[in-house]
Amino acid sequence: MKILPLIISSAITAGLVVALNTRLLLPAPLGKLLSPQHGIWQNAENSNANFSEGLKFPKLKGKVEVYLDDRLVPHVFAENENDIYFVQGFLHAKFRLWQMELQTHAAAGRASEIVGSVALMHDREFRRLGMVYAAELSLKQMESDPVTKLSCDGYTAGVNAYIATLSESTLPLEYKLIGYKPENWTNLKIALFLKNMSENLAGGEDDFEMTNARSFFSKEDFAKLYPLTQDSLDPIIPKGTIYSKASIPLQMPADVDSVYFENQSVVVTEEEKPDPNNGSNNWAVAGSKTKSGAPILCNDLHLGLNLPSLWFEMQLTTPNYNAYGATFPGAPGIIIGYNDSIAWGVTNGGRDVRDYYEIKFKDNTRQEYWYDSSWNQTAFRYEEIIVKDSLPYYDTVAYTVFGPVMYDKSFSGGRAANSRYFAVRWKAHDNSNELKAFLMLDRAKNYQDYLGAVKYMKTPGQNFAFAAKSGDIAMRTQGEWPAKWKGQGDFIMPGTDSRYLWQGMIPFDETPFQYNPERGFVSSANQNPADSSYPYYLGRGYPLYRGVIINRKLKEMSNITPGDMMTLQTNNHNVFAEMAMPVFFKNIKENELNGSEKKYFDILKSWDVNNAPDSKGATVFAVLWDCFNEVIYDDEFKAAPEVIMHPYESNLLEGVLKDSAYQFVDNISTPAKETLADAVTTALKRAIVKLDKVEKNQRLDWAKYKGTGVNHLTKLAALSRLNLPVGGGTHCINAAKSNHGPSWRMIVSLTPKTEAYSVYPGGQSGNPGSQFYDNFIDKWAAGEYYPLWVMARGEEKDKRVKATISFNKM
Amino acid sequence: MKFFVSILLIALLSVAACLYLPWWTIAIVAFIVAALIPQKPALSFSTGFISLFLLWGVVAWIVSSNNNHLLAHKISFLILKLDSPYLLIAVTAFIGALVAGFGALAGSYLRKN
Repeated sequence: MKILPLIISSAITAGLVVALNTRLLLPAPLGKLLSPQHGIWQNAENSNANFSEGLKFPKLKGKVEVYLDDRLVPHVFAENENDIYFVQGFLHAKFRLWQMELQTHAAAGRASEIVGSVALMHDREFRRLGMVYAAELSLKQMESDPVTKLSCDGYTAGVNAYIATLSESTLPLEYKLIGYKPENWTNLKIALFLKNMSENLAGGEDDFEMTNARSFFSKEDFAKLYPLTQDSLDPIIPKGTIYSKASIPLQMPADVDSVYFENQSVVVTEEEKPDPNNGSNNWAVAGSKTKSGAPILCNDLHLGLNLPSLWFEMQLTTPNYNAYGATFPGAPGIIIGYNDSIAWGVTNGGRDVRDYYEIKFKDNTRQEYWYDSSWNQTAFRYEEIIVKDSLPYYDTVAYTVFGPVMYDKSFSGGRAANSRYFAVRWKAHDNSNELKAFLMLDRAKNYQDYLGAVKYMKTPGQNFAFAAKSGDIAMRTQGEWPAKWKGQGDFIMPGTDSRYLWQGMIPFDETPFQYNPERGFVSSANQNPADSSYPYYLGRGYPLYRGVIINRKLKEMSNITPGDMMTLQTNNHNVFAEMAMPVFFKNIKENELNGSEKKYFDILKSWDVNNAPDSKGATVFAVLWDCFNEVIYDDEFKAAPEVIMHPYESNLLEGVLKDSAYQFVDNISTPAKETLADAVTTALKRAIVKLDKVEKNQRLDWAKYKGTGVNHLTKLAALSRLNLPVGGGTHCINAAKSNHGPSWRMIVSLTPKTEAYSVYPGGQSGNPGSQFYDNFIDKWAAGEYYPLWVMARGEEKDKRVKATISFNKM
Repeated sequence: MKFFVSILLIALLSVAACLYLPWWTIAIVAFIVAALIPQKPALSFSTGFISLFLLWGVVAWIVSSNNNHLLAHKISFLILKLDSPYLLIAVTAFIGALVAGFGALAGSYLRKN
């Protein structure tokens, strides 16, 4: 034996193993990751992989057959209801486990466990928003209802049955790359997933920004910068609809002017906010407007575009129902889709259901707070945030009659220190069981069933479009909405006085709705649900323009086919630009433009206001509008607090359309009195500088300038699909922005044999090593659709069936 | 003869061990085989190196080909910052080879007088 060489070579071997098995020396454990029997190669799915197998589980009561078609859509046939959710959970986990866990961890404020201290701010924000508190309350409700309890229990058991099959080799790729393992699924995670959707869709408000805007601007300026009405509004429920008087008498507190509307305090709090673009389009047309004579329902949901997708397509069939559509990996049931009798789709309601109250604590211990002339006891919730590669973080959150105190001395969300206490009153904290709405829609047969189902939809409130084979169409701007007095919740409210609390919820019967309207269609695009004759306060900030163009088109159309609907859903007409361009053309001082300025102005002049992928005019317009916005408002906002509300695009456009002497056109930093013509010309000159750079980078084509992409949830470019040739944009029906847009497009024609189409920017498999990971994306980008196949029993031999998974009782 | 038997044995035992045990058992397998079949240190190193270079290289290549290199494109870009499936396969082979090579080298010294 040669001791020294033995020791040296053994040490080198051990050193290599340690280096290649850990992250101590290398950024990734390359040996572990690249071992063909353990690492990433195991996730490289054979392009001829056959997913057929036979499985047995003790939790099953009967037989379930799953037929996977050529797009990897599972068609699930179960003998009983418990089993179908078990299999749905199993399949969601089989194809999408990693995203399900990541999204529910993020919802619970547990992202730091996976990614470390970079997520600590997010986790504290979500804990303090009471996400887990809300999910726990919701879970109680879900488990007290036999239907939702059964579905959740089955679903959770199915997810866990799949997790139990996993080994180091078969773990999803992302677990290997990041280096952790999945934990067991629970019913609470289903509730967390749904609360995450509530945060996304009903978590938006601008209370801090508006509070500062109110304090900074004069009352008159404020009213002009943030008007409550929109001239071009075409509400979801058409103008002229007669509403009954509000059944809830709303009382403005007597001191409202001095302590609320004219309060001059400024706040420094900065929130983590859901994407303000979260929204959607849906519409249904009656048979009188279609070629077949049957109603057609359409829905496209504008959300963050991610890989793996938020959606997973499925067919669920039991002896009681047969539903097809988009499911949420993370929750049982079909969320958006159709069954043998009806079809439904949603857009976000977008009303403000999250308000802040300033709390007065007796002292630093936060044990007691002043409310209705007495000291009240605080409840505390202790949060332990586990942080990867670091010590746990402990946070104590005070709960008041309003809800949790989100912001205080220890947490202001932003950079600046805050010394005040703000409690959040959020509708998503109230008891509710939204899952039931979807499970009932899956089974609904007619308009009455639809009404019975949607009443469970409390938060996030949604505009539910409905169409039935019977010929009915309907739209309900559904949700449990707080009944507010005018202006309530626009700013931070005093937390010492119960008169500032929400005074009730708008009753179901007072929800604006339409049922078989004379115009032959219903539609929604997140715009204001009703005109100003609706007796409850609806707030501001609703997107305006998609609704205008959708209704204009639907009004014109007749003899409609599903193909026409595809053209409509992917329409790139920019109605905002259509309204804004005359302002530019009328006011620009063309004689003051030099050669290169003239060149861009000519591009704009010859533009057809269509945001086509290769349109240069769309890019010129977008850049010019941004500059115009800056030229108009930058001077007024120069000395404003950092956290402040900026006027909506529609405010500026309607402001200058109404009045060419729009007050904010004058640059208050100069002694001269600027006119609209000066502002437009200055904006164009500023835009040219930017456009020259854009052109130098060869990005003047709209699709290149906008850069639509679908990001992997980790944002790793290698796993994403970026720079897709996609047109459209914010104010277009085809609302495709850079990482946001139509996440599920669906068209359902309710002919005797349903004819349906859909597409989403992703693929059924969450595995980046699968050909089914992103195989729908090119089709989606091209504005094409897949015909949907509702498989019937007896079609097992159809050539579209590529694999069969049989589930049996053990 | 010993040389080829060692290569084959290390490869076969590595596959078997990795069915149930962590990837680095390839080092232990190479160590044992080199200790049982004594050869000059340089030759032993080569048996481990060649055995795992071929084993991991060929397996990775087959898996990746059956996958149309879909994943290898992405992972090579992610880890190596280069879109090259074959480079990723080569790196895989080299890592296995290096670890098994040194394992075998150490094993050879156990018997060397």
